Amino acid sequence: MCKGLVNRILPFSSVDGPGNRTVIFLQGCNFNCLYCHNPETIGKCRACGKCVSLCPYDTLSIVAGQVKWHEEGCKYCDRCLEICTENSSPRPVKMTVDEVAEKILAFKSFISGITISGGECTLQCGFITSLFKRVKEIGLTTFLDTNGSIALWQESELISLMDMAMVDLKSYDPKEHRVLTCMDNEVVIENIKYLAKVNKLYEVRTVIVPETLNNYYNVDMISKLIVSLNSSIRYKLIRYRPKGVRLELIDSYIPRDEMMNELVKLAAGNGCENVIVV
Amino acid sequence: MENILDIIKDNILTYEHKVLSLAKAAENSLDVLPIGKEVQKYRDEGIICDLFEGNAPYRPRYILPDYERFMKNGSEFLGLKRPEDIWEAINNLLILYKHVPSITSFPVYVGNIDTLLEPFIEDEEEAFKAIKLFLTHIDRTLTDSFCHANIGPEDTRAGRLILRAEKELQNAVPNLTLKYGPNISDDLAIEAINTALETAKPSFANDDMFKKEFGEDYGIASCYNGLKVGGGSYTLVRLNLERLAKQASDESEYIDVFLPKAVKAMAEYMDERVKFLVEESEFFKSSFLVREGLISQDNFSAMFGMFGLAECVNHFIDSPNLADRFGHGDRANELGLKIIERLEKEVDKYKNPYCKASNGRYLLHAQVGIDTDDGISPGCRIPIGQEPEIHQHLLHAAKFHKFFPSGIGDIFNFDTTVKKNSQYILDIIKGSFREGMRYFSLYCSNSDIIRITGYLVKRSEIEKLDEGKQVLHDSVVLGLGSVKNQKVLNRMVRKDV
Repeated sequence: MCKGLVNRILPFSSVDGPGNRTVIFLQGCNFNCLYCHNPETIGKCRACGKCVSLCPYDTLSIVAGQVKWHEEGCKYCDRCLEICTENSSPRPVKMTVDEVAEKILAFKSFISGITISGGECTLQCGFITSLFKRVKEIGLTTFLDTNGSIALWQESELISLMDMAMVDLKSYDPKEHRVLTCMDNEVVIENIKYLAKVNKLYEVRTVIVPETLNNYYNVDMISKLIVSLNSSIRYKLIRYRPKGVRLELIDSYIPRDEMMNELVKLAAGNGCENVIVV
Repeated sequence: MENILDIIKDNILTYEHKVLSLAKAAENSLDVLPIGKEVQKYRDEGIICDLFEGNAPYRPRYILPDYERFMKNGSEFLGLKRPEDIWEAINNLLILYKHVPSITSFPVYVGNIDTLLEPFIEDEEEAFKAIKLFLTHIDRTLTDSFCHANIGPEDTRAGRLILRAEKELQNAVPNLTLKYGPNISDDLAIEAINTALETAKPSFANDDMFKKEFGEDYGIASCYNGLKVGGGSYTLVRLNLERLAKQASDESEYIDVFLPKAVKAMAEYMDERVKFLVEESEFFKSSFLVREGLISQDNFSAMFGMFGLAECVNHFIDSPNLADRFGHGDRANELGLKIIERLEKEVDKYKNPYCKASNGRYLLHAQVGIDTDDGISPGCRIPIGQEPEIHQHLLHAAKFHKFFPSGIGDIFNFDTTVKKNSQYILDIIKGSFREGMRYFSLYCSNSDIIRITGYLVKRSEIEKLDEGKQVLHDSVVLGLGSVKNQKVLNRMVRKDV
């Protein structure tokens, strides 16, 4: 049985797609964004055991060569995350589709569907395809929150089971994208075009980071791209927030309302019909 | 007589507040109800409390006039003809409201105002102006937040105009409920949610559930009380489950001995109150509402209130760990259900011949508390500051709602981010009703108007009163008390990250 490495499951979310959604965050990411606000979801645990001895509440142990987390006593002080040198966490657990489905069923009455997020969830393509299949049987909608780095046009089964996707386009400039994420944006842009073509692109997102990114250029180009595909696709501009980030990698601040308003105006002026700011 | 002089000399009460307080003082100078020793002991101990209904009941606590009938027939006593247009319709209603008695002397139910006004809507903008004046008039003259209007369960133009007006007006009065059923489209429900995020109303009532208990003609009055239209409730007395718990040595003695004894005493006390009102006060013989068929004794019942379940359960659980307490621990939650199941069984043993609307039964009611309640929670609610995550909270609340036809409800305070995704709240409400919740209230964390326990008050008005300034609405006084004693402003903000 194919298992997924699950960082956590958020029962209710108002910000991960339409309506109320249960969000499954998978562990592991192929990007390493300078502004990542949950860097502990990037790496995989190597069972070095550093966190085990440092946990003030004795909720960690090593079992069969793996770090095991005992949720009951955890006070979420995040000491384990601070000490980890692998951008990882002792909390992710391997779960089968049935185990995740059981959690989802408990919330079924209250949700429109599920969103799989990360980390980068498409790195576990087999698992998310099986999970979507199961969720469709339950009668809920399936959304994907992805960095768009995996060629989705090659994942026909996944795409057929997925209702819609939300894709980050962090920078339009390939060089800047590489500096920011360690990877190119070519596949990301192709994915955006492909998903729009098959009417499965719910939202494109860009984080606005003052004095770090070429924000005006990015919003200008990305909004033009969206309009060339389908001007009603939602464009979400996200304010950078210095919460949870690795401050040694990034020195920025929350963009002011005036800046966000200018960017909204820019995107709307290019023809984007649905621009929102969070 | 000192209290009367105190009322007269008070420099914060408005003239109207003084008149009402003086009337209450006069009523309370009487001692006409035969109250047994045991009942009196419970009253002295604060275990049984009649919520200041007064010593000589001369009008039912909650009256829900049949406004549909009034709109059809006008009123001979008030000299009003059947209205022909929207202006006459709102004028007639506003006149009748001033003649509907209650414990506060303000009407606790002002009707299903959308269906009442719908036949008169021709020009929508003219109707919108009329509706705004109508709602403003209610807010400024029926200055009591227990005054409750209903809309739904049909999708009407009037209903949409009312929502639009409330969003703009941001008034605390009237309280507003949307009867939510299959005929309310998602689009209208979203309008209602967007209005509630701005002005803390409407609340959502589970129409199917209320209809099954009361039939089509039910209304939501006061805080969230389901009652029959054309009738109401003679009285509401409440039982303090926590204080009673402190007298029992353990939970089984509580459930098997103390609860049955207290229910018996309270039913006796309610019988006396109902009896005096019906047989002695002449209300049903003298009111033009009865003469003109706007109410009938056959549609009345009475409400058996309870509160403090959380503290009662936590008293027996006796654990410092939140994970074990009411709303969190399985054992605590099971004990809570066991207590309510037994309470229902005991209350059902007593019949009152005048409660014809409910086949002689007293209707269970989860009472929302009063301003002076300190450290004790309304009805079956989880204490503020100890709320679990929202999904857990909803599933917990839903288990209790079926026991309380005459009212129970939970309130959720949402972070401003949800304003961008109202469907999120609609999903939650739909799920809650699927799981058996009866009544759902919401407001937004940055809203000036907030729901205190069941009624609405403006934060800015509470601040004014706290500074010793005069305010228009009497319920602000209650709101201030609840903010201080029940930490209402600390209600958990729901934000999912």
